[in-house]
Amino acid sequence: MEPQNLVLILARELADKLATAMFVVDAEGRLVYFNERASEILGTTFAQIGHMGLEEVVAGFEPSDAEGNPLMPGALPLPVALAKRAPAHMAFRLTARDGTVRDVAATAFPLFAHQDEFVGAAAIFWEEHEAAQGGES
Amino acid sequence: MRVRVWGCRGSLAAPGPETVRYGGNTSCVEVRLSDERLVVVDAGTGIRGLGVALGADRPDRIDILLSHLHLDHIEGLGFFTPIWDPSCEINLWGPASPNHTLRERIATYFSPPLFPVHLDEIPARLVFHDVPETEWELGTAMVRGMPVTHPGPTLGYRVEENGKVFAYISDHEPALGVDLSTASPEWVSGYGLARGADVMFHDAQYTEDEYPHRVGWGHSSIAHTVAFGLLAKVRRVVMFHHDPLHSDGQLEAMLARAHELWGEDRDDLILAYEGMELEIT
Repeated sequence: MEPQNLVLILARELADKLATAMFVVDAEGRLVYFNERASEILGTTFAQIGHMGLEEVVAGFEPSDAEGNPLMPGALPLPVALAKRAPAHMAFRLTARDGTVRDVAATAFPLFAHQDEFVGAAAIFWEEHEAAQGGES
Repeated sequence: MRVRVWGCRGSLAAPGPETVRYGGNTSCVEVRLSDERLVVVDAGTGIRGLGVALGADRPDRIDILLSHLHLDHIEGLGFFTPIWDPSCEINLWGPASPNHTLRERIATYFSPPLFPVHLDEIPARLVFHDVPETEWELGTAMVRGMPVTHPGPTLGYRVEENGKVFAYISDHEPALGVDLSTASPEWVSGYGLARGADVMFHDAQYTEDEYPHRVGWGHSSIAHTVAFGLLAKVRRVVMFHHDPLHSDGQLEAMLARAHELWGEDRDDLILAYEGMELEIT
């Protein structure tokens, strides 16, 4: 494989060390990595999914709004950050691979290595009840 | 391609009786291509001696590749005699920054009170280049600069001529957050520069005992240097960027430890010293 861009290397390492769920994709939208906390929420591991295309990955979790209306995978924060190269945030519902339905919120942002070099995007996400607990503390 | 070391000390110049064998000048390496074109990598205090040695025989064009703009890599520039010669063209290559041009950033150093002469008053013709994201041609060589793990915009360089490769990664902490013994090479900082290099100059600033107290400072322990060299399948590793606190004796003890870790031909792992010359053919 070809050497990866340093910003992607560092983003992946950050995700690996972070206790918050985090996704990293490259500029073509291929999944680079998601961490252990993300695995818990999604009910699957990065090793099981591998370097799949982002929209395919997202569709597999059947995203919907709070009322259960299906959402297009491209409307979620990470695909939006990738397509528009701008930050995005949204609360939505997903179905983990083990069948558990979870309400989550995600914030995604593009990764630029230099002023003009777009190398991918990253997203952190958390379950809504985690946010509520954080707000009470 | 010939390489000569004019300075291999890291962080701060460290002259004195305890550093005479390996030298106290900060980073500067002369690279002579097969057509005698002069390429200088970094402009630490060692570049002063290079300027003196060039004398009247200096070429009309000199290319200086700056790894980054920390002071130990640029502080010799004002004392490099060719910059005071209006007939000399000096091409300065360095890492791009989203906020300021390379000229603006170097001008921070070339201005009072840090330096008595402003950059605009330098007689030589200075040409500034942001290092491109792809390799570029420099005379008979192809040069590639890539960002590496170190605080602030920092590059390593890969110079390839006639199928031979010289890699220079003077300030580098590839082990930051990464286990070099298990990482996939393509996911390690600097791998694209170092892979299969015939000679690699690499940061080897700390002992294994020192490193845990300096994590995130942007440098390597000797164990990391060895692991990175093996990972990238480098033929010859030159330990570079010696800590200013390390005496000649301490450096030799570090080399002995590095040989234990390297476990291969000892000539393939050596300490940089001022005046060292290597022919890469």
